[in-house]
Parts: sequence; C-alpha cells; structure tokens
Amino acid sequence: MRNISSLSRLTTTVTRSTSQIPRTQSCLYWRHISSSSSTRSTAATPNTDSTVSALEPPPAGGHLPSITSSALLKHTREQSLKTPGILWADAELDEARGASSLSFATTGRETRKMNMYQAIRDALSTALSTDDSAIVFGEDVAFGGVFRCTHGLAEEYGRERVFNTPLTEQGVVGFGIGYASMGSKLGDSTLGGRGMGGTAIAEIQFADYIWPAFDQLLNEASKFRYRSGGQFNVGGLTVRCPTMAVGHGGLYHSQSPEGFFMGVGGLKVVIPRSPLQAKGLLLSAIRDPNPVVFMEPKILYRSAVEQVPTSDYTLPLGRAEILTTGSDLTVVTYGTSVYRCEQAIHLLTHPPQGSGIERTVKDALGDWRRGTGKNMSSSPSIELVDLRTILPYDLPLVLRSLSKTHRLLIVHEGPTTGGVGMQIAGDVVSGLALTTREENSIGEDMRRMRKEAFLGLEAPVKVIGGWDTPGVALQYEKFYIPDEVRILDGMLELLAY
Amino acid sequence: MSSLARLRLPRRVARIPFIRTIQTTADTTQLQDNAHETEPFWVKIHEDSFQTYNCDKPELDVKVTKNELLHMYRQMQTMRRMEMAADALYKAKMIRGFCHLAIGQEAVSVGLEHGITKNDKVITSYRCHPLAVLRGGTIQGVIGELLGRQIGMSHGKGGSMHIFTPSFFGGNGIVGAQVPLGAGIAFAQKYTEEATCTFTLYGDGAANQGQVFEAFNMAKLWDLPCVFVCENNKYGMGTSAERSSSNTQYFTRGDKIPGLQVNGMDIIAVKQSVEYARRWTVEDKKGPLLLEFVTYRYGGHSMSDPGTTYRTREEVQRMRSTQDPIRGLQRYIEEWGLASEQELKQIDKEAKSTVDNAVEEAKASPIPDTKDLWTDIYYAGTEPPFMRGREREEIHHY
Repeated sequence: MRNISSLSRLTTTVTRSTSQIPRTQSCLYWRHISSSSSTRSTAATPNTDSTVSALEPPPAGGHLPSITSSALLKHTREQSLKTPGILWADAELDEARGASSLSFATTGRETRKMNMYQAIRDALSTALSTDDSAIVFGEDVAFGGVFRCTHGLAEEYGRERVFNTPLTEQGVVGFGIGYASMGSKLGDSTLGGRGMGGTAIAEIQFADYIWPAFDQLLNEASKFRYRSGGQFNVGGLTVRCPTMAVGHGGLYHSQSPEGFFMGVGGLKVVIPRSPLQAKGLLLSAIRDPNPVVFMEPKILYRSAVEQVPTSDYTLPLGRAEILTTGSDLTVVTYGTSVYRCEQAIHLLTHPPQGSGIERTVKDALGDWRRGTGKNMSSSPSIELVDLRTILPYDLPLVLRSLSKTHRLLIVHEGPTTGGVGMQIAGDVVSGLALTTREENSIGEDMRRMRKEAFLGLEAPVKVIGGWDTPGVALQYEKFYIPDEVRILDGMLELLAY
Repeated sequence: MSSLARLRLPRRVARIPFIRTIQTTADTTQLQDNAHETEPFWVKIHEDSFQTYNCDKPELDVKVTKNELLHMYRQMQTMRRMEMAADALYKAKMIRGFCHLAIGQEAVSVGLEHGITKNDKVITSYRCHPLAVLRGGTIQGVIGELLGRQIGMSHGKGGSMHIFTPSFFGGNGIVGAQVPLGAGIAFAQKYTEEATCTFTLYGDGAANQGQVFEAFNMAKLWDLPCVFVCENNKYGMGTSAERSSSNTQYFTRGDKIPGLQVNGMDIIAVKQSVEYARRWTVEDKKGPLLLEFVTYRYGGHSMSDPGTTYRTREEVQRMRSTQDPIRGLQRYIEEWGLASEQELKQIDKEAKSTVDNAVEEAKASPIPDTKDLWTDIYYAGTEPPFMRGREREEIHHY
C-alpha cells in the first residue's frame, strides 16, 4: 500500500482513452456519441492516429490538450507577476520606501519555471526560513516525501525541523495540534505571531489516509479556539495532503474527501489549481491564524508547470477567482477539475468538425438561442470560477456571478451526495434568500444578491461530481471522475434548459 | 456468558495470589524526625508506594513542611467541596450536559500541582475541574463554566470538559485524544529549549486507545520531555480494568518508556513521584516517563452513572473509609502534631464557604451574549462572510 517507488510514479501519466467515454448515463445531448468514438482525439491532438485500436494504450497525457498547455497557467514572467490578488511579503517595505509595489512587482521580481511539487517545496522552504517555529513533519518527509514536496528540506533546515514521523496519522495530527497550541494565546506569543503558537506543517501522505486523524481535526483542531473562549488556538496548524484522482490510484489513493469537511466550522480547507496558486495559497494557509487542511491535487504535482515568482508572496484565502469571464453560465470548480472544465469549454466553443460532438453542440445551442432569443451567430460565454478555498467558500462571488449568468454548474471529483457542489447548490436555493439582514462586511446587499441569484435562475443548479460508490474503483476511475464530456453535457443541458 | 463466567471463576481465584496489587492505603508514611512548626522535616513513605518498570524507585525519604501539608489539605478539601457543589448543582438541574467529577482522586491533582512548576504544562481528559483551578483558574470560573455563564473560564462556550489556563491545555472530551497533543506540546518545549515538561494525563480506560500508543512511540522516538500520567481509578466508565485490559499494570505499557506505579491515594507519594518525573524529563533529559497513579473515584463515571451497577456499594464504602486521601493526610497532620482536629475543622469550614461564595458568584453571572455564538470560530478578520443563526431570519455577517 505504501510502496514509495510506485507511488511516486502515480502522477506521471494521465491516461484517458477515447474508447471509454461514458455512454450509459442519461446524457441529454449525447445522442450522436456512438458514432464518434475517435472525435476527441482528432479535435485535440491532430497528430494522433485516429484509427488507434482500443487495445493499444492511449498516449501518455491523453488525447486532449494536456494540463501543461492550459491557457489558465502563467507561462510567462509577465503573466505570472500580474496574478490577481497576489500579495508580496515585502510589499509593506516597498510602500514604506515610497515605491509602488506594483511597479516593483512587474519589474524587479524573478520567476522560475516550476511544477507544483517544486512550488510547494518553495513555499515550505520560505515558511521554514521566515519562521523559526515552523516545523515540517509527516511520513517520509525527511527524505523528500513520496511526491518530492519536501525534497532537500531536511538537509537545508535540519532534521530537528523537518522530520519523519511513524505511520500514525491520528498521532501525527494530534502531535501537530499540541505543538501549534503551545504558546498560543490572545495577544503576543512566544512562537508565531497573531496569537498563534508554533507553526506546525504536517503532511498526511494521502488524503485517503486522513480518516484516522479526522477526529483530531474535527474534535480538537477546529474546536480549540471556540471551546476555550479564545484562550487557546491551533492557528499555526496546516495539514497538507495529496488529493484527487491520478487515473489509476484506486480506492485508497484517488479519493477527494473535502466534502466531509464542509460542516467543520473553525477549520479551513484549501485546494490549489496550479504551482503559482499552490505556493501563494500554501503560504497563506501556513500563516493563517486558523487551522487549515491544504489538499494538493496529486495529478498536478508534475503535470502543471508554471512561471512562479521566487519571492515570498501569498494569495488570499476565502476568495474564489474568476478565470474566464462570461455571461451565460457559471461553472464553479476547483483543483484538477478546473482543467477538465477548460477542456469542456474548449469543446463547446470549438467542437471537432464533422464529429458527433459538433452535432450535439449545434442542437443544444439551437435550443439555447431559441430559448433566450439570441441571434443565430451568437455563442454562449462561460464564466469559469476556481473556488480555491473550499471552506469557508466564497458564496458572495458565486452569487455575483450567478446574478449575471442565471445558470450554475458545479464540478468536482468528490462524491456528489453530501459534497461541496450540493452545499453550494443548497446555499443558492435555500431559505438564505429570505434573510432580512442587509449588508455583508464589504457593504454588499446580500439579500438583494441572494434574491437576484435565486429568482434569476434560468435552469436548475447542476452538480457534476463523482458517483456515490464506496470509492474510486481502479478500473472505473475514468468513469468516476467528471471528464470533459460529462461536463460539456452538463453545460449544454443547462444552456438549453 | 454464564458458562464463561463459570469457567473463568476458578482461574481468577487461582490468579489472585500472583497479582501484586499496589497498596493504596493513604496513611502509611512514617515520621522520621521531630515535626517542626516552621522548619522542614523528614518523613518516610511506605516502600510499597512505588512499583517500577525499567527505572529506580524514587527516594522514600521526603522532606515536608507543616505549611505545605496544611496547604495540601486545604486544597484537597476545597476541590472536594467544589466537586460536591457541582454534584448538587447538577442534581438541581442548574448544570446540564456532561459532568465528570473527581471526588476521591484529589491526591492526584493536588499532589501533581505541588510537584511541578508554574511553567510546566498539563493536559488532561474530561475529569478536569480540580486541575483547572489549581493551574491558575478559579472556582467561580469552573462552576461558572459548568453553569454556562459569562464568568466561566471559556465564557460559557465550553462546559465541563473544556476549561483552560495558560499552563493547562484543557480538559478534553474525546477519550485519549489529548495524549498525542501532550506529545506535541512536549516537542514545542524541547524545540524552544524550555526547561519545562508536559504532564499528559489520561485514564485507565483511555489507556487502550490506539493513539495513546502512537504518542508513546513518538515521545520515546524523539525523547520528548513528556510525562504520561495514567490515572487508574480502576474503572473505564463501567468496565473494570481487569475486564478491559490484558495488562492492568499500566505503568509497564510504555514498552521502552520506563514506568512508575504510585499510590495515588497518598499525596506525599504523588508529590514525590511527580518531582522524580520532572527531574527525569527536564534535568536529566532522559525522555518520557510513564506514571500510573492508582486511585479511586467515589462517584459514577459521569452524572448519569450511579456508579453502583458494576461495583458494590461496600467496595466504595470500604475505599472511602480506609483509603481516602484527605483523611489520610488528616491523620498525618494530627498524629505528627501539626494541627489539631479543631484547626482542621476550621479549614474544612473555610473551604466550604470559599466554594459556597464562588457558587453564588457564578450563579449571579449572566449567560453568554447571543453575539458570542459567532466569535472565536475563526481568527477575527479571517472569518467567512456570514454564519447562520438560530432561525431563518438570523444571519450573522462578519
């Protein structure tokens, strides 16, 4: 189960075979699919042999544009430094010097090409070098971790700060909570700042192994501040764990457990989508004065490559990000699914010519145009939202977007029932719309927003998630994970509703 | 079951001579020289007060002072009065929810406090009221918390199991969950090179939790200044130690961690062992140590347990009359001529009135404000946009 050499290879390939497109589901607009089993490969990678036999393994990286070529990744230094919401650690110094931090950001800073595990390593290194109380521990972290996220940290910062723990998840998180509670109190503290105790950065080797520690996270970490009336806290605790599917992880290495954390007030759950995001969000999570579970989509460790600023910066927690603006449909997602949604949008706007997909899209968009009174040349624009912080999530942004688009699709890998998507759907349509209170902290009229979002709905809120099976079965993993076909189908269904 | 019991009975009878149970008599300590009014003097603890596992016995000769013994007496008496007051308030339905009392176990909490320094850390299970007071809290703070009032040490948000002071990391409601936390706290002490240690308390019931062994392993692996303290009151809820544990010698269950079993009914032995453990972890830096205090709770596990369904009334009565820690200390004080019965009665009276006054003060405190429902969830300024309230119309925006 914990064979390291095989685990570290888990991330190396994404294999999605065109012959395994799910056809058994009730796809409203998927009438032509049976005649188009090779269309996706022609659409995505023209050089792929479309006559490839079903017996032959698909090319590494799959048939669609790979994550690496995603337009959502910052491939240049310029793009990287202009990342929205980026907060440079030395920005205050900069302002004190009288210089505009923005100008320095775009002129004076370095970026380096990193994949996600390198960016996470960079964030951990930054945390260790800027905070003497920071310790990094977990199973096998001292020799680099099974995904190499802590590679070389033990040598650089000492084995008393970066160390292996026994295979004891419950013990590891309990240990981290104890360390983080030490010195924590209101006002100044002996270890971290903002009333925090020690900075404990624990790693659970896979999110699938977090369950023994769930009690510690739920009953100790999330409640420590509340039940002590603010006398103690474990704000310095960050629990990192690789999450989501890799294509062949199976029941114990491909789960997405974030939905189970939705009811745990006091805890934060963060899932980044890219190297640049991972570094900024992880540093935020480590410095955030609340306990944070930081889940890293393990397929992205190697496949997502981006220009990442080398200096110390953070990205805000609790804030979603609009990746592409649109006016006809809001797609809310996070983690690996961001790229599948991007690919689905690509299929929607550029359906492969002459394929079943093209006919399906054409039919659906015809319905959409008729239903909305659009002219024949108009095509829908999709607003893609990366949630980033799953708990507490950015409901105002979702409502703002929904007031504009009137259609909402939520996509994630975790099980649908009791999952994040159902929570968001529930929040949008629940009695919260009737609140009499007027303004939220940034002065928005939440009542009006809720009302507009709810009354303006042109279609039911749709959730595309994993199936409610006991887990991600090895051979069914491709069917379990919402792929671009299922997402496209959902988008068409909502547009034509 | 009945056939099992028949089969087992002869075996248990046969085993009894081989089980060496510790003497928990509370008054076997002997005076060694003349008891002084002001100067410290020496007493000798009974040699059966300690059993060891891979370590030497603590010294049996202990230096004590009159003031300290009287102070211990006053504290034990006050703690018992406080727990009795909680019992009465619970039965009057003023305290609701869960409530675990430590009546009978006073020598452990008070003895522990006398053996450690202010800067040492303590974390324990849900049976936490006396430790919360002794570690810098107040009686009105504890009773107020039980009553759910603003004066409570967690402002009424915690209740019985959730009381903290800067050096006391709380009662913890989940059986055994505080033990790995104790290891983490001890790691922080080692990391910051503080000359302090952590006393991590748990019960004989929690001793069978998996995470207790996880914490043992980490503490020994990294030689953390952590003293694991098993408060063995012989029953994990309604199950006796013999029925729940294959090895009831809890002080031997740390594997490579040396252990010391202590008569937890004799406060002088408790204090001596705590000082020994502190030297072991802090001064001699020998890593963790396991202490087992053999003690007894007179009441039920919690308020809903009468405490008489799994043990006989006679057993409880016998413990009360022969091994009570307060009576034991009282006998020393009287026999060694440190105070008269009259003077001790006066202390009892003062303890009662201290507690009565605190109870009145706690009762007078208001219940928490509605707004506090939403505070202390996330660090101020980092909250989500809103939290739902008690009814449909009530949404709290941060």
